[in-house]
Amino acid sequence: MPDLGKYAETVLSSYAISLVLLAGLVCLSIWQGAKARRQLTQIEERRKSDG
Amino acid sequence: MSIWEYANPVKFIRTTDKVLPYISVGAAVALVGGLIWGFFFTPDDFRQGSTVKIIYIHVPAALMAINAWFMMLVASLIWLIRRHHVSALAAKAAAPVGVTMTLIALFTGALWGQPMWGTWWAWDPRLTSFLILFLFYLGYMALWAAIEDSDAAADLTSVLCIVGSVFAVLSRYAVNFWNQGLHQGASLSLDKETNVDDVFYQPLLLSIAGFVLLFLALVLLRTRTEIRARRIKALLARERIFD
Repeated sequence: MPDLGKYAETVLSSYAISLVLLAGLVCLSIWQGAKARRQLTQIEERRKSDG
Repeated sequence: MSIWEYANPVKFIRTTDKVLPYISVGAAVALVGGLIWGFFFTPDDFRQGSTVKIIYIHVPAALMAINAWFMMLVASLIWLIRRHHVSALAAKAAAPVGVTMTLIALFTGALWGQPMWGTWWAWDPRLTSFLILFLFYLGYMALWAAIEDSDAAADLTSVLCIVGSVFAVLSRYAVNFWNQGLHQGASLSLDKETNVDDVFYQPLLLSIAGFVLLFLALVLLRTRTEIRARRIKALLARERIFD
């Protein structure tokens, strides 16, 4: 860990906030993508079975 | 082969199936590499101390916040002129990514500004135009959510996107236009005299590449989601009609 001196709090909170926001966005995007894919598959299978 | 082939949703999904894993891995490698290099292996600045390490997040995020809006502008214009649904959905998909980048740039800017300028915020031309850009992002997403008919939503949000482009340009060039305020000029320059030192520049470039690839990966992923959501909506509507 580098010595951040008197600005340690500033630098670390910048990184923490940014990484949390980026990780949140990535997780949300993957979750929404998987959900849409699952729903579409279900509907298409139901339509196939209904003829 | 024409670029317009990718306006076909099936072709778009098939192509992105192949390229998305490579872009995602590239984004992860460049982003993690750039941030680790910048955070652990670069010296402090003689004037700014260790706060200079914020540059590896703040500059790429601000750059992407502005460029995301320009990508949305191009996609919106394609929608208005050629009526390709994929382009409207790509613009819609880019907005949450752009707003996150804007938020990161605003947060890190405030945190960096406090020790350097003695204030979290100032009504400086660049900061103010960036805040307005953030509000435009929120308005753009709210407008998409508020309108039931997706074609009408695409039309209206495209117009909003064109209007908001003024603030995207101002966010980038406000310092040059007004030549006042606390915010410095561009960190990156082709002029060796004004560009940041190489020791900061190289990890910064890698971090920027990471942010660009992450943006691309997320927009492709989210556009695929929007295409599927649109298909679900159409199928459910068809079922309701025939039931």
